[in-house]
Amino acid sequence: MSQFAINLIFVGASFALYIGIAIWARAGSTKEFYVAGGGVNPITNGMATAADWMSAASFISMAGLIAAGGYANSSFLMGWTGGYVLLAMLLAPYLRKFGKFTVPDFIGDRFYSTGARLVAVACLIIASVTYVIGQMTGAGVAFSRFLEVSNDTGLMIAAVVVFMYAVMGGMKGITYTQVAQYVVLIIAYTIPAVFISLQLTGNPLPPLGLFSTHTESGMPLLQKLDEVVRELGFQDYTADVDNKLNMVLFTLSLMIGTAGLPHVIIRFFTVPKVADARWSAGWALVFIALLYLTAPAVASMARLNLLTTIYPDGPTAEALHYAERPDWIRTWENTGLIRFDDKNGDGRIQLYNDVPAFQQTAEARGWAGNELTVNNDILVLANPEIANLPSWVIGLIAAGGLAAALSTAAGLLLAISSAVSHDLIKGSINPKISDKGELLAARISMAVAIVVATWLGLNPPGFAAQVVALAFGIAAASIFPALMMGIFSKRVNSKGAIAGMLAGLISTVVYIFLYLGWFFIPGTATFANVEANWLFGISPLSFGAIGAMINFAVAFTVSYLTEEPPQDIQDLVESVRYPRGAGAATGH
Amino acid sequence: MVEHKKNAAAYWKANVRLIWISLVIWALVSYGFGILLRPLLSGIPVGGTDLGFWFAQQGSILTFIALIFFYAWKMNQLDKEFGLDEE
Repeated sequence: MSQFAINLIFVGASFALYIGIAIWARAGSTKEFYVAGGGVNPITNGMATAADWMSAASFISMAGLIAAGGYANSSFLMGWTGGYVLLAMLLAPYLRKFGKFTVPDFIGDRFYSTGARLVAVACLIIASVTYVIGQMTGAGVAFSRFLEVSNDTGLMIAAVVVFMYAVMGGMKGITYTQVAQYVVLIIAYTIPAVFISLQLTGNPLPPLGLFSTHTESGMPLLQKLDEVVRELGFQDYTADVDNKLNMVLFTLSLMIGTAGLPHVIIRFFTVPKVADARWSAGWALVFIALLYLTAPAVASMARLNLLTTIYPDGPTAEALHYAERPDWIRTWENTGLIRFDDKNGDGRIQLYNDVPAFQQTAEARGWAGNELTVNNDILVLANPEIANLPSWVIGLIAAGGLAAALSTAAGLLLAISSAVSHDLIKGSINPKISDKGELLAARISMAVAIVVATWLGLNPPGFAAQVVALAFGIAAASIFPALMMGIFSKRVNSKGAIAGMLAGLISTVVYIFLYLGWFFIPGTATFANVEANWLFGISPLSFGAIGAMINFAVAFTVSYLTEEPPQDIQDLVESVRYPRGAGAATGH
Repeated sequence: MVEHKKNAAAYWKANVRLIWISLVIWALVSYGFGILLRPLLSGIPVGGTDLGFWFAQQGSILTFIALIFFYAWKMNQLDKEFGLDEE
């Protein structure tokens, strides 16, 4: 059977499963549409949260980023997991106790202000829409590589599938498809990793393989990798970083951003009790960690594998002949994600770090520039081919990549549509709308959100990578601090909260625009985006944490200068703090 | 009523204390061992590299999981102890 047919079977079977679940889990009320009826088991919710959270970025890009950056990119690992600690202790249980449907619901009620609610809706929509573009384009790439359709056709197919289960089932349909998608994506990620770990270290568990001995050389794997990359002019894989302040702030921004992303937070509204929300966050992180502990192993092993393929006799000996390149390099050359340019005309592939410091060594070896460019994103997708795994594993990777992109897209679309139908329409425009009317409004906003996301995916604004940074920056600087202050302080009032959210939002967005271009329009950046220009060495991607601090500082200052929140709001804060029902707690 | 208020305040204080302890550990393993204190841990070898690298790529994640489960278990206990759990 051809590879194409196998891929088609795997992807087709997984899609049939998602649609089957959608038909079985139709939503009949707004409660089912927004929070899956509120009766989801905490372990099930943990699994759905893991799929909701792990996007195309986690599945496809992260291992490639770590492979390229080594230790310096550990920020992604710590940042995208550490946020769950914040979520479990600072947000999820209290928001579950509050017991409403959306994030702006809480901000609007707690800060007794439609203005605050609308600012929250705006932050939520900007963060989620920018995030969803990345998922749609990710799904398009996976389709075009594995199903030999054009990028655009792939995107349309993805949109139709999401449309079916998200519009019909709402949160209920999404929850159970996300569980299925988690299973697909984790199997797809783990199997090639296990084989590669076995091949390189003899250890079947990739996280242990990472710190074991490289069988071929008898050296520890990481030491071997350090040695090979050093010979090619790259920085040591395990080398420490100089700009620690930036690394700390970047990690912190990712953590706070993770905890503040609305599509993740609303997953915790679906469990029956406050205690379940706490357990559920733990389970979510367990399921996420299965991938996040495997990713750094995949990163180092794939990098070593790639370099030993190019330099079969070691980096100081002759490189591989282009004519003898393995099949997977040929396949990926077709996509343009691997490019070869024989600069010194010797017919061999020289891959090295083309920097001035290494030029002398390179010239001495007769090299005239780096000849192979490899896109980081192919690392995970090409893994089964690099390790010579059977073709069904490649089909599995295709289904896994799509599961990761679609599950996150669906979660984001739900967050967007509930903000529109519940917070804008019911919350501000037409509070008297019936449950049935609101459900219809929710379905229509979902459909519109999918159309907009698909359109943006077809016409990507050309800055997809930067906008994800924007999504995290906004979640970190505006949503997280507002929620946290709403729970942990009785003194922060509506004026403080609105001023804080706006200050955090504007300072972060402006800092990003200064270096990445105003509204991301190329050529409009005020300063070149290099470390020497950054304020105190803080990169625009790390600014979310600073934005959050500005938000806290402004909110407290303004609140203490103005009046206390009314008594009923202080009672509301009291009530979210204790798991037992508010009525019982005041004991009348 | 007054009795109850005292009880609730004590519960909240215990919760905040538990969060502080957890977040100190959270910060220590990631920002501490994983980033800032890595040079100090460079003398402790772990599989071809040092302990700081291990914390940055694995140790912190494992600690985070342990922290959340410990917090959930401890809080569910406190809920019952203070009579504030859900029926």
